[in-house]
Amino acid sequence: MTTRSLSCSRVPRGVPISRREAGRYLLAGTGLVLGGGWHAAAGKAAPVTAKAKSVIQIWLWGGACHVDTFDPKPAAGTDYSGPLKSPISTKVTGMQIGELLPELAKQADKYSLIRSMTHGNNGHETASYLVQTARQPGDGSVYPCAGAVVSLFRGYSAGYEGLIPPYIVLTRPQGRFSEAGFLGSRYKPFATGGDPAQSQFVVEGVVAQGITQERQKGRRQLLGDLNTLQKTLSGNAELAASEKCEQQAYDLILGDAGKVFDLNQEPAELRERYGRNTFGQSCLLARRLVEKGVPYTTINYSGWDTHKGHFQIMQRKLPELDKGLATLLQDLSERGLLESTIIWCCGEFGRTPRVQWEAPWNGGRGHYGNVFSVLVAGGGFRGGQVVGASTDRGEEVQDRPVYPADLIGSMYELLGIDSAAQLPHPQGQQVTVLSTATESTKSGGRLRELV
Amino acid sequence: MTTCLLYVAVLAAGSVTAEGIAAEPTVFESSSELSPQGRIDELVLSRLQQLGLQPARICSDGVFVRRVFLDVIGTLPTAQEAREFLQDQDPDKRRTLIDRLLLRGEFADYWAMKWSDLLRVKAEFPINLWPNAAQAYHRWIHTSIQQNRPYDQFVRDLLTANGSNFRVGQVNFYRAVQDKTPQGLAQAVALTFLGARADKWPPDRLAGMAAFFSQISYTPTGEWKEEIVSFNPATPGTEEPPASAIFPDGTPVKLQPDEDPRVVFADWLIRAENPWFARPVVNRAWCWLLGRGIIHEPDDIRPDNAPSNPELLAFLEQEFIASKYDLRHLYRLILNSQTYQLSSVARSDKPEAAANFAYYPLRRLDAEVLIDAVNQITGTSEEYSSAVPEPFTYMPEGQRAVALPDGSITSPFLEMFGRPARDTGLESERSNRPTADQRLHLLNSSHIQRKIENSPKLQALLAPTSAGRPAGFNKAKQARRYRYLGIAQDPRGSGDAQSTETAVTSLYLTFLSRFPTQTELTQVTEYAKSASSAREALTDVVWALLNSAEFLYRH
Repeated sequence: MTTRSLSCSRVPRGVPISRREAGRYLLAGTGLVLGGGWHAAAGKAAPVTAKAKSVIQIWLWGGACHVDTFDPKPAAGTDYSGPLKSPISTKVTGMQIGELLPELAKQADKYSLIRSMTHGNNGHETASYLVQTARQPGDGSVYPCAGAVVSLFRGYSAGYEGLIPPYIVLTRPQGRFSEAGFLGSRYKPFATGGDPAQSQFVVEGVVAQGITQERQKGRRQLLGDLNTLQKTLSGNAELAASEKCEQQAYDLILGDAGKVFDLNQEPAELRERYGRNTFGQSCLLARRLVEKGVPYTTINYSGWDTHKGHFQIMQRKLPELDKGLATLLQDLSERGLLESTIIWCCGEFGRTPRVQWEAPWNGGRGHYGNVFSVLVAGGGFRGGQVVGASTDRGEEVQDRPVYPADLIGSMYELLGIDSAAQLPHPQGQQVTVLSTATESTKSGGRLRELV
Repeated sequence: MTTCLLYVAVLAAGSVTAEGIAAEPTVFESSSELSPQGRIDELVLSRLQQLGLQPARICSDGVFVRRVFLDVIGTLPTAQEAREFLQDQDPDKRRTLIDRLLLRGEFADYWAMKWSDLLRVKAEFPINLWPNAAQAYHRWIHTSIQQNRPYDQFVRDLLTANGSNFRVGQVNFYRAVQDKTPQGLAQAVALTFLGARADKWPPDRLAGMAAFFSQISYTPTGEWKEEIVSFNPATPGTEEPPASAIFPDGTPVKLQPDEDPRVVFADWLIRAENPWFARPVVNRAWCWLLGRGIIHEPDDIRPDNAPSNPELLAFLEQEFIASKYDLRHLYRLILNSQTYQLSSVARSDKPEAAANFAYYPLRRLDAEVLIDAVNQITGTSEEYSSAVPEPFTYMPEGQRAVALPDGSITSPFLEMFGRPARDTGLESERSNRPTADQRLHLLNSSHIQRKIENSPKLQALLAPTSAGRPAGFNKAKQARRYRYLGIAQDPRGSGDAQSTETAVTSLYLTFLSRFPTQTELTQVTEYAKSASSAREALTDVVWALLNSAEFLYRH
């Protein structure tokens, strides 16, 4: 375990845990781990030139259809577009998007679209791994995904001091190939659990179901009264360390630190604009986390694996996505935070552009990794641009392929993370943040068009 | 011995608290006089006297029953077990309890867990034993402990076995090492059995020892992931095996080409006169029971890391050899000493007090022991699984964490509370250091909240007095349940105040293995009056006891 200098005056000398360190483990739900010293190499501070400070990843789990969202193909006919035949114009001349995204159309100057993302993999887990790590699966190591890498380089080792962990997932974990990989549980995201759209957002460890603040306070008092051993051994160093940890825990339970999760502090009108559903309120929460300096937040937005009933589901989900994401862009922009906050929105792949009308799908779409779309915004990415193109029927890359490494590498650049820096590896293997030229990772080049 | 007695008596009489009042024994201390019970106590107390350090008092029966259960079988006593011990009038009841615990089934579970940490029993990454092999390895360790196999035979077997990793569990010793070069294996042997960090040795000494481990082959078979570990005499065309090797004490030895050099090493190691053999393990055993080695850290033995009490170490070593390497005998000897039975309420805050065992040190419960204790009390269960490799391993409901056979089978709780990764075999891999996320988890997680609120055992205690009998109520079953909980009768039967007191007494026996003090009873009664319902108040008391230092620590 590396020892860092204490940075916070609230931690007395001699307490064998620093506030930073405490925060690092705090809430992680996964804990301390891996005694060895190999973490010591971790996380050199980012250069001051970094444009982006935070990332919000909107993860369309299951794979959203590019043709219905950011790359409409009305000319390909209803076998491709289904009932969504009338794409709409946006604030940006020449950029058209799906008809169920009118709010996003109004914000089009704030984001850009990549219409030529590709990796060719059609398995959920492997494609998720590819898109978020930019590494080919199956070489024996499980690499960390972008959130864990950012948490390593922009988290506690780089000056982040919050009690809220540096890498948050709203609200359910994404699974083992979308997490910390060999960096270990220390860099796993904190998944809040609960539902921010409920009147009480139950956050694991912070807000307990059915226990009022009054009762929390009463309990704390009771614990103090009944803690006979603690009182008998006052001055015991072991117990003093534990007591310090308890104070930090109560900063989250009863103090200000945990208030970031209290969406009731936001105006009702704004909550309405984000959409009173789990996704919309997650977007609002992501903005609050960005305001607190949290480096990486993933909104794990599931329900996009639409093999059947595809268009009915789109009628319901796309307006939700539209409202939440468009309001997030506008809200961040109005608060001057969009310049320093990267948003990226995509799933692990697209969906088969040709609608599967046949049984048993009866109007569904399958997995499609050949080509799909990504929305990027903020943090130094220019808005109002379209990068690359797919073919007329949205089936192949027509122009300027963009591979996962190109997108993630560009984000790291904006965050001031050196892609050639070493990652700490448990067995001391020499591995860099992204593959080097000698390793055979496909690349179409960084997104110079947007940076 | 007489001088010790006198010394102790004088100190006790003169003992004052910080407030300047002669201290009454606390609930954690016994009023009985500290008097040496044997050679261990003589050696420890005379050392303390030399240093001018006052030992703590003897611990109370409540502290003892809890401590000895946790230290010997890694298991919390039930309310019933605690009550029986507390009410037992036999003056020799501590000795009787120690004997009984050393024969309990959980003894082998708990010590197999400890040894599996050192022997790195883990299916996957970075050790890669594979699940069947980890299970076989653990089974061999468990059986050895259960049958009380003498330690010299245990070590010799680990060092010299040949055979399949699936069938001859102990051969996995040589597989459970990240660096399988002769030097890497020699380092693992040195750490495990000599308690020494060979990477700090002069290079020629390590190289001399490495020669003993240069002829091991790992041969795959037709079965998936099976490997035969065996002595590999020189095969034509390969490098010549080394003709000589050097024992860690510097003695060179000639190796015969057809002789397994591991056997040569093992036979050198386990000789009674070899100072490298018994000392490390008796020091470890002492450390496991008393929280600190006589040489500390117990796996960092080197000439410049002197024992705090050399005579004590020498005595334990002689006893261990004379008992033919019987670890249970060694434990019994230590556990029956007054030194082990000192209270954790220190009466000297000088730093040498800890190193010289003037009091029992506080230690947070091991991750596995803690969650097992919570599950035992609440009657709930955990899910344990191994995510790698596929197919995943899932343990059946009711699995105790202490008895998990494989370090890759885990849960978020175990990881959060510092269960060792079993990557290196170092004692320090286990971290019982408190962190804020641990506190948050115990204070406020849904995991713990559900255990408390959905606990059938606790709800039986906390049920409001006005509640009617549930459908299918079975009087005999209910009586059994109350016996199990350590309470005489239905706590709902009598008046409110009395039933609260009965329930609180049972909770204290359940969580802390002692009766509540009058002050504590009053505090709880007051709290119950202020709460909106008796049931809610008692739930809060459960929560507070679970979060108290007395529950979370060995003390």
